[in-house]
This record gives sequence, structure tokens and C-alpha cells, in this order.
Amino acid sequence: MATGRPSTVYLWELAWILPSIALPVGMLAALAVTAFGAGINVAGDRGRIDPTKVAEHALFREPGVAEIAPGQYEVRMTGQIWAFAPNEVRVPAGSTVHFWATSKDLVHGLFVPRHNVNVMLLPGQISHAQARFDTPGEYPIICHEYCGIAHHTMAGKIIVEARR
Amino acid sequence: MTRTEQRLAAANVTVALVALFGGVVTGLFQALEYAGVEIYSSLAPVIRSHYHSVSIHGVLNALVFTTFFICGFVPFVLSRSLQAPLASARLGWLTFWVMVGGLVLASIPLVGNAATVMFTFYPPLQAHWAFYVGLTLVVVGTWLVTLNLVLTWRAWRARNPDGRTPLAAFMSLVTFAMWTIASLGLAAEMLVLLIPWSLGLVGGTDALLARTLFWFTGHPIVYFWLLPAYISWYTLVPRQAGGKLFSDPMARTSFILFLILSTPIGIHHQYTDPGIHQGWKLLHALLTFAVFFPSLLTFFNVTASLETAGRARGARGWISWFGKLPWTDPSVAAQVLAMVLFAFGGVGGLINASFNVNMVVHNTAYIVGHLHLTVGTAVALTFMGITYWLVPHLAGRVLWSRAVALVQVWLWFGGMLIFSPTLHELGLRGMPRRTDIGHVSYMQPQWKTLLPLVGIGGSILFVSAALYFLNMVLTATVSRRAPQAAPDFAEAVSGPDHAPAFVDRWRPWLALAALLIAIAYGPTLIRLAITTPLTTPGLRVW
Repeated sequence: MATGRPSTVYLWELAWILPSIALPVGMLAALAVTAFGAGINVAGDRGRIDPTKVAEHALFREPGVAEIAPGQYEVRMTGQIWAFAPNEVRVPAGSTVHFWATSKDLVHGLFVPRHNVNVMLLPGQISHAQARFDTPGEYPIICHEYCGIAHHTMAGKIIVEARR
Repeated sequence: MTRTEQRLAAANVTVALVALFGGVVTGLFQALEYAGVEIYSSLAPVIRSHYHSVSIHGVLNALVFTTFFICGFVPFVLSRSLQAPLASARLGWLTFWVMVGGLVLASIPLVGNAATVMFTFYPPLQAHWAFYVGLTLVVVGTWLVTLNLVLTWRAWRARNPDGRTPLAAFMSLVTFAMWTIASLGLAAEMLVLLIPWSLGLVGGTDALLARTLFWFTGHPIVYFWLLPAYISWYTLVPRQAGGKLFSDPMARTSFILFLILSTPIGIHHQYTDPGIHQGWKLLHALLTFAVFFPSLLTFFNVTASLETAGRARGARGWISWFGKLPWTDPSVAAQVLAMVLFAFGGVGGLINASFNVNMVVHNTAYIVGHLHLTVGTAVALTFMGITYWLVPHLAGRVLWSRAVALVQVWLWFGGMLIFSPTLHELGLRGMPRRTDIGHVSYMQPQWKTLLPLVGIGGSILFVSAALYFLNMVLTATVSRRAPQAAPDFAEAVSGPDHAPAFVDRWRPWLALAALLIAIAYGPTLIRLAITTPLTTPGLRVW
């Protein structure tokens, strides 16, 4: 028993290995459906920016909120210690908001919980995220990357107003 | 095995436990602060801020405790497994002092609040140069451990040209081979970017290039922590529990897969980073799911081994073997409970790795909950379990109190059952990690109700740790003198003879590992290295 290989060991191994391959493959397939079918994307490559000249860049000359099409809003935002500019975004319910953002100094984060807005703001890189806001209310915009002694005060808000 | 290996192990483990002590004390501060206890005002000027505390906690626990413990434990295991002394005792001691020197150098700015940059030290936050140089020296020390292990194995191979490398030695070599490859990213970040920049030799740096090099090492470092725990689970715990390892071939295969797949997956920590195309992120997601496979093999093999132990102790039926394990042995109890919580850590890790699903949890308290199940329990509680036989063995004294040890183990398990799920839930409710939650300007009502549980769980973990240190110190100093044997390595139900010989060949696997890294990282790293202007100035704003 101790020297010969019991055939049952081999069978037990196989019985575990096959589902162990099927499980991650199945999960990957589900992810592919959400990424390519439902279009839920993570941050991609949106180009570089000189972190020392953010204010001269066309996107960030005038940070703010603009309606670019019916129900479509564009937010041009910068993060710097320890604030977002703008720090308040006001849109009507049902709007899709496109965030374009970068950092003027350290690594910051742009995080709106429960809305698929979760992207890092790196000096030197342009970040993009988009989300739809259907329910009226006030949502925090949180810097979720440690950026120095007052990191916990770096926040803004999105105010979603009921449509009249 | 000579006194040298024992002394080296004792020296490394001592440093590891001192670091762990500093780490759990600062951990308690954070847990209390989350629960609304105003603590930092009374800690100044020693601990200057929440962020100072978190930086010390992360560096001491995740980097120093783990690395020193592993550099003590793994050479000890390899030497016993091959029944041979280390190739060079002098190299062993040189390694130890290089690492201690690095630790002291890094600790001075860390403790002095000149390196409050977290254990991820993302630039443009700029720490004192000594912090970067010190940590680099610790990494260099780990490379010297690799050298000593390889030399020891080659000398053994020359004497045993036909013998199969024993499993524990094989796993030890894989662990350090994997780490040596993986640590090249961190070494490049330190030597090319951070050290010249912190010394003022270059004017600027680049956040994305630094992060990419950091995570090249930053993900596989978790396997550098975990694989030594696996070595114990595979080769020692089955014997300690009274059973056999189920399958040696499956164990070897899983370690080879870790060697190949641990490194080319680091970009799954950067799903939310701009500047890296989604296609590369998807490839890293795919490879991360691939490395889940050897984890599943480990889960099966270790569980089946414990089942042989339970059955050898008289259990019948499907479930009762678990209860029949020797639960009165604190070393076994600690490691089995570590495995139980690690199963949940593995499931959570899959969620983190799931590409767009990561946006729900990235940089939230969920990640902190995850890390405390993995490194904070699977690794830390296993290492504690190992010390319950290793420290008595090295000290030549009996464990001071088995009862206190058992209480400690269960308190860690119970405390973590409160602490970790609460942090997971807080993360799902949008609470950021590594943030002074007691003073946030945007406190959410749905966080407030749960935060006291973080304080309670963290306090239980601290009591557990205090009992652990009490037991360790008394074991090493005043406990009754008597030689204590180290546990023997487990026999296998299906032994090494059943593993194909090609599993033990190094070159094809190392070549495959290098190829996968070149594919997964090559284009991104080359593009960033060529196009990155190193212009971002450093800041020290803490």
C-alpha cells in the first residue's frame, strides 16, 4: 500500500482537477460577457499629460461640468492635495456622466461608490470613467488613495436632481 | 543539520517576531481609531498620525515579519529535508546581517515619520532615501538566501545524482526561485527610479511606471508569503496530525504552476490605472484565473491529507474526520484554522481579480478585509503555528503553555471572523481603505453602524497576539529545559515515484516563466520605459 500507487488516488485527483479547470473558465466567460456584451469597462489608455502643465491642457483649462448632448454630461476634473476641482457636480436624474480627470501632484483616486466610477488619478496620465445616475440624491466623490496628511478630507459630491 | 542552521533560523525568527509585535500594536491603534476612539492625540510624538501608524503596520507586518520568518524557516526546512548543512554558513550570516542592516536603515525614517508612504510607497510621495535603500538591501539579502539554497541543493545533487529531490526541498527551491524572478520589478523600481530620485540625482519620476514595476513584484510577493505556509501544510502538518500527504505528484505540479504563473499577473492590481490598455488587463485577468488552479489543487491535496489523518485516528464517514484531528495540538489547530479562513480569502481574491468587478472593491476596506484573511491569517496564523514547535525546538525548552497557545489560536480565528467580514462589508458600502476614517469629512451613516465591530475584532486580535508573545518570550527564557524534536516530514499516500521526472526539471519551467512574463509585461514595460518623461517632482506632505 505504501509503495504501490493506489488507483483511487488518481481517480480522486481527476475528479477534482476537471471542475477546477471548469470553474475559472466559466467565470472568465461570465466576465467576458459583462465586458464585451454589457460594456462594463475598466480604465484604459487615454493618453499622457504633462503633470506640471495641467492647466494648459485643452481638457483641463476650465474644470467643470458641461452638457454635451441631451442627458449626457461631461465632467472635466482635476485632483490636487486635498481637493477635487470641481468639487460639486449637479446633473438631472437619468444622466450619463463622463468623467475626464487627472492629478496635478500625487496619486489620487476618483471613486463614486456603487456607480462603477473607480479610477486612479495619476500625474502624467488622463483618466476616464462613465456612469449613469438614475436615482435622485447626493453621492460622495471620494479620493480613495492615500495622498498625505489630509487625505481623508479630499472629497466632493454629485447631486442628482429629480427631473421636473 | 548542524547548530548553524538552528542559530540562523533562531536569529531570523527573532527579528520577524519583534517586527510582528510592532505591527500588531500599530494595528490596534487603527482598529480603535475606526471604532471612534480618539487615540492618536495621546500617542504623539511617537506616532504622529493615522498614516504614520498604517505605514509602520504595513511595512513591519507585510514586509519585515514575513520576509525574515521565511528566510529563517525555509533554509531550515531545506537543510533538514536534504539532511545536509547549508552550503555556506558564512554566507548565511552575511545574508542575515545585510538584511538586518537594511531593516535598521529603513526603520529610522519609518519610525521618524520621514517615510510615511505606506508599504506600497507610490511616488510622487517621496520618502527619505534610507527607506528605499534599506528595503532594497533586504531584497538583496533574499537573493543571497536563494544562492545559498541553490548551492546546498547542487552539493546534494552531486552526492545523489539519481535521487528524487525530496518534496520539502523542492518546494523550498521553487519558493525562492519564484521570488528571485518576481523581485526584479521591485529592484528595478528602487534602483532606477526611487533611489536616484530620493537622493536628488534626477529631477523627477513617473507614477505609472513606478506602479507597474511595483506590482510586477507586489502580486507574486503574496506567493512568497504563502508558499512557505504551503510547505508546512503539505510536508509537515499531515504528519503532525497523524496522517500522510495525499499526493506528492500533485503537490509538485502545483508548485511548478506557481513558479510559472505567479508573476505575469501583477496588472490585476492596476485595473483602475489609466495608461494601460484594457487588453493587457484582460490578459492578466486570464492568467490570474490560471493561477487559481494550483490553489485549488492545494486546497484539495491538503484537505485530503488531513482526512487521512482523521481516518487514521479512527474517524468514519464523510465529515467526522475533521473533528478527529488533534485539536489539542496548538501547532495543528493554528494551521488548520488558517486553512479554513484562507478558503474565504481565496474566494475573495477571485472577486478582486475579476476585471470590471474589481471596480466595486478596488481601494476600499474590502481589500483590507481580504488581506487580513490571506497574509493576516493564512500566512500569519500558520507562521504562529510553526513557531509553536520551532521555537521550543530552537530554544531547547518545552512550550511554556499549551493551553494559552490554544486560547490564542482560537481568539485569532474568532477575532478575524468579526474583523474581516466587517471590513469586507464596509468596502462594499464604499468605505475607502488606508484613510483616517475617524476624521473623514464625508462620513456615511451606513459605515457608522459597522465601525465598532472593527474595533472589537481588532481588539480580540490584539489580545490573541499579546498571549502569543507572552508564550513565545516565556518559552525562550524561563520554560523547562528539555530537547524538543522538530516534526518529521510526512510520507505520501502517492509518493514522488509517481510524479513524472520532467516535473523536477528546472530549465523548461524557468524558461516558460520568463516567456510568460515577456508576453504579459514586455510590451507595456518597454512602451512605458521608452515614452515616459521622468518629470514628476516628489512631495512630502504628511
